[in-house]
Amino acid sequence: MEEKKITPEIKKQLLEAAGTDNYFDDEESLLAHSYDATPIYQAMPEAVIYARSTRQVSAVLKVADEHRIPVYTRGSASNLSAGTFPLKGGIVLVMTKMNRLLEIDEDNLTATFETGLITKDLHDAVQEKGLFYPPDPGSMVVSTLGGNIGNCAGGLHGLKYGTTKDYVLGLKAVLPNGDVLETGGKLTKDVAGYDLTKLLVGSEGTLAVITEATVKLLPAPPYKRIMLAYFDDLFAAARTVSKIIAAKVIPATLEFLDHGTIREVEAFAGIGLPTDMEAILIIGQDGHQAVVDEEIEKMTQICMEEAAEVKVAENDEDAERLMTARRAAFTALARKKPTTILEDATVPRSQVAPMVEKIVEIGQKYDVEICTFGHAGDGNLHPTCMTDARDEEELARVEKAFDEIFEAALALGGTITGEHGVGLAKAAQLEWKVGKAGMEVMRGIKKAFDPHGILNPGKMFAEETRERVVLD
Amino acid sequence: MAVIEKQSMPKAEENALNTRMAELLNYDQALNCMRCGFCLPACPTYREMGQEASSPRGRIALMKAAADGLLQNPQVLEDQLNQCLGCRACETACPAGVHYGELYEQGKQAVEEKHARHRFWVRILRKLAFEHIFPYQKRMRILGGLIAFYQKSGLQRLVRKLGLIKLFPQHMQEMEAVLPETKASGVSQELGEFIPAKGEKIGTVGMFSGCIMDIMFLETNKNTVKLLSEAGFDVLIPKQQNCCGALHAHNGEREKAKALAKNNIRAFKEANVDFIASNAGGCGALLQEYNHLLDDEDEDMRREASWFAGRVKDVSELILDHSSLRDMGSLNERITYQSSCHLQNGMQVKDQPHFLLQSIKGAEYVPLLEGERCCGSAGIYNLVQPEMAGRILAEKMEHVRQTKADTLVTANPGCLLQMKAGIHKAGLSDKMRAVHIVDLLAEAKRIQ
Ligand SMILES: Cc1cc2nc3c(=O)[nH]c(=O)nc-3n(C[C@H](O)[C@H](O)[C@H](O)COP(=O)(O)OP(=O)(O)OC[C@H]3O[C@@H](n4cnc5c(N)ncnc54)[C@H](O)[C@@H]3O)c2cc1C
Ligand code: SF4
Ligand code: SF4
Repeated sequence: MEEKKITPEIKKQLLEAAGTDNYFDDEESLLAHSYDATPIYQAMPEAVIYARSTRQVSAVLKVADEHRIPVYTRGSASNLSAGTFPLKGGIVLVMTKMNRLLEIDEDNLTATFETGLITKDLHDAVQEKGLFYPPDPGSMVVSTLGGNIGNCAGGLHGLKYGTTKDYVLGLKAVLPNGDVLETGGKLTKDVAGYDLTKLLVGSEGTLAVITEATVKLLPAPPYKRIMLAYFDDLFAAARTVSKIIAAKVIPATLEFLDHGTIREVEAFAGIGLPTDMEAILIIGQDGHQAVVDEEIEKMTQICMEEAAEVKVAENDEDAERLMTARRAAFTALARKKPTTILEDATVPRSQVAPMVEKIVEIGQKYDVEICTFGHAGDGNLHPTCMTDARDEEELARVEKAFDEIFEAALALGGTITGEHGVGLAKAAQLEWKVGKAGMEVMRGIKKAFDPHGILNPGKMFAEETRERVVLD
Repeated sequence: MAVIEKQSMPKAEENALNTRMAELLNYDQALNCMRCGFCLPACPTYREMGQEASSPRGRIALMKAAADGLLQNPQVLEDQLNQCLGCRACETACPAGVHYGELYEQGKQAVEEKHARHRFWVRILRKLAFEHIFPYQKRMRILGGLIAFYQKSGLQRLVRKLGLIKLFPQHMQEMEAVLPETKASGVSQELGEFIPAKGEKIGTVGMFSGCIMDIMFLETNKNTVKLLSEAGFDVLIPKQQNCCGALHAHNGEREKAKALAKNNIRAFKEANVDFIASNAGGCGALLQEYNHLLDDEDEDMRREASWFAGRVKDVSELILDHSSLRDMGSLNERITYQSSCHLQNGMQVKDQPHFLLQSIKGAEYVPLLEGERCCGSAGIYNLVQPEMAGRILAEKMEHVRQTKADTLVTANPGCLLQMKAGIHKAGLSDKMRAVHIVDLLAEAKRIQ
């Protein structure tokens, strides 16, 4: 599409649609919405509009659509896929002021809210009622539920509890022409037509602006335990993960730190981690006490077969300490160098060890610093590169290294992104994963929702597909 | 990552602020911000305004944009930096360890040098305060004497009675109402320059008496010295010390802050102490960062600055982490605690004050909802940004009211004055008092 600029006439119409209090085009607002959490990407929008209601969003989209003005829907902009930065200018539509929690329905075990609500606020509110909303991305203190839905966010509990898509039951969304679409509802079963709810989850702001959502809740598990195991052999750690699952235990958390991460965490936090270890597994279970205790015992036995050391938390304080290593992982890596690139190449669980090995090898090949941690239970890894955006030569090597990492993940039956989304950052590689046919179907869907291509233009569909790298 | 262009930001015309920012800003720190947004929920001004530009992430982006030569209108940066409380709650929340406080000071300095236009009364006050009063302990004392005269002579009563006070802006009236009684002498004049440890000596502490602390909160300074001596420290009060320079540094007067710092380092180096005690988070946090403040000096100076910075401790840390004093006396009261931002986010002293308060026998300790959030005082913030400060204070006082406490404890003079004003404003004066933690401990321990 040929994007148009916001002329004074269009601005007048937008002001009327948005309300004068919600429209900003001063320099500070524009600059403060020129980025998201993805390193390096930045571009100036022409206007920032705060969403206030479904009706107002509808009016704004109508004007934008008529004049072909790009609209970049933005939650808290914590995405790591260059998903909300306004590549082609236009409007950044900010959802954070539409943040009311509308209802917690204890009979149907659902919650309904406006999508600007902060994820943690929902967690806290349902917890007070003894309920549980499992998707807990590491960014939940700041992320919005709209952003979680937009990117189908995962978290620590993916293996046992699934991700955002497994919880969204119904949506209210505004189409570019201003029509309001309502999908699903407080229903566990609903096969009336195509599943538009699922289609919109993970649509990254390219199909519609989601203004309200209803999600499924679970009763909060009454009891939790945590344990930790050190391994001096990466494959032993991976085998242990497989053995746990084969023993028919599905832990609530199953996190993994590689050798590089262990070293950095220890250098940063000095919590006494053995830096000669190749891997640490952090394993948690929740549920009824008797079951949890039994399963922790079972997992301890399994770990002991190959682990160098196993520690089981005896109380909350212990648990807190054992979790420090996992929590400090990202912090330690983020502090090491000015630029931190956090990726999320994902492989089938059984391929975690070969994948980690491959990442180490690729890092060495390109002489870049990459440490890996992540969710071993669901194969979702976070190879994290510590670099400096000012060093263009190194950055080029980083880019090459990540291309190879994605290719390696695909070769192992995995994907280029497990939970961060495509945005612009991975648009050029999307075809590697979904193929030509996949791209065609997706383009068709995009056209059906957004014929003029005003929603998040430039994202998801790259102008050209990156040439695939050849793995040796 | 994509092959296509990642940056398409328009350059601004060259301007003095952008050029100065490019020189001053610690660009490594600015880059270190990965824009994750974790600091947003912690920031009081973001919560009030709900706008990205009023958030730490937004402010860092604006500062970086200036340094990158992208900022067209310098006013934007000045406004945002003025609105920032400098409370550094964002630093505590930041996973990447971005030193926001440092960036903020550099930003303030550039704005101050190249752009700032203050309202005239702020300008006069700034000049008077930063250049002619704060740097000179003697003049501070004269000021203290004047205030004491104002209070004692009946002039205060007269001014209030005649309604003259109405001539001052609202927020200054509120502050005037809660001004503590002052004296013209400081702690070393009252107690001498050396106070020996009670019982077995465990170390030597140099008391940092502070400029405002020593005038307006003389009793607190005296109680600090007595408490430290009780805890087993020899206490020295070096006479040559002066204002810490925090107000200067936070208001873009970095060069003056450095001069004050050097003088303090000299004074305590001569006294050769094991620790340097602070009882005001606002001062302590800067004292602990003298090594950063002076990091462009020669090697000797940097070494001395590190010597100094490494020894600075809050009084609650000294008692709890470095002495064996555990008997905190007794009081029959309900108490709650409002943290001091610079103590918590700068000095990273979080748990010690809670622990000390909980150790007072007979006292019922109730946690204050969001007691870790800024009270809106932040140095002279409540004087120059009265509206935002007022909004933050009103919310704070609502939480304070809910505690039903008899005593609201703080650990910093600015916060203490702010809390007193808040209690006054919320009409809680007959139900509640605000006290510095040291004074409460002295009271509980019946220290004379
Ligand atoms: C330190 C860190 C840790 C992270 N950890 C995790 C993790 O553990 N798991 C994980 O999955 N992700 C993680 N993320 C990525 C990111 O936080 C998530 O993708 C999150 O869901 C984004 O939420 P947001 O509100 O910031 O959305 P934004 O970044 O603002 O938007 C994300 C996408 O959703 C779209 N969107 C937002 N709101 C709407 C709406 N109302 N309607 C339609 N589209 C919308 C946007 O257009 C964009 O494409 C992490 C990020 C960081 C910085
Ligand atoms: S110092 Fe305080 S007010 Fe300023 S940006 Fe940080 S959290 Fe916000
Ligand atoms: S938390 Fe730190 S890294 Fe994240 S946006 Fe704020 S200052 Fe930047």
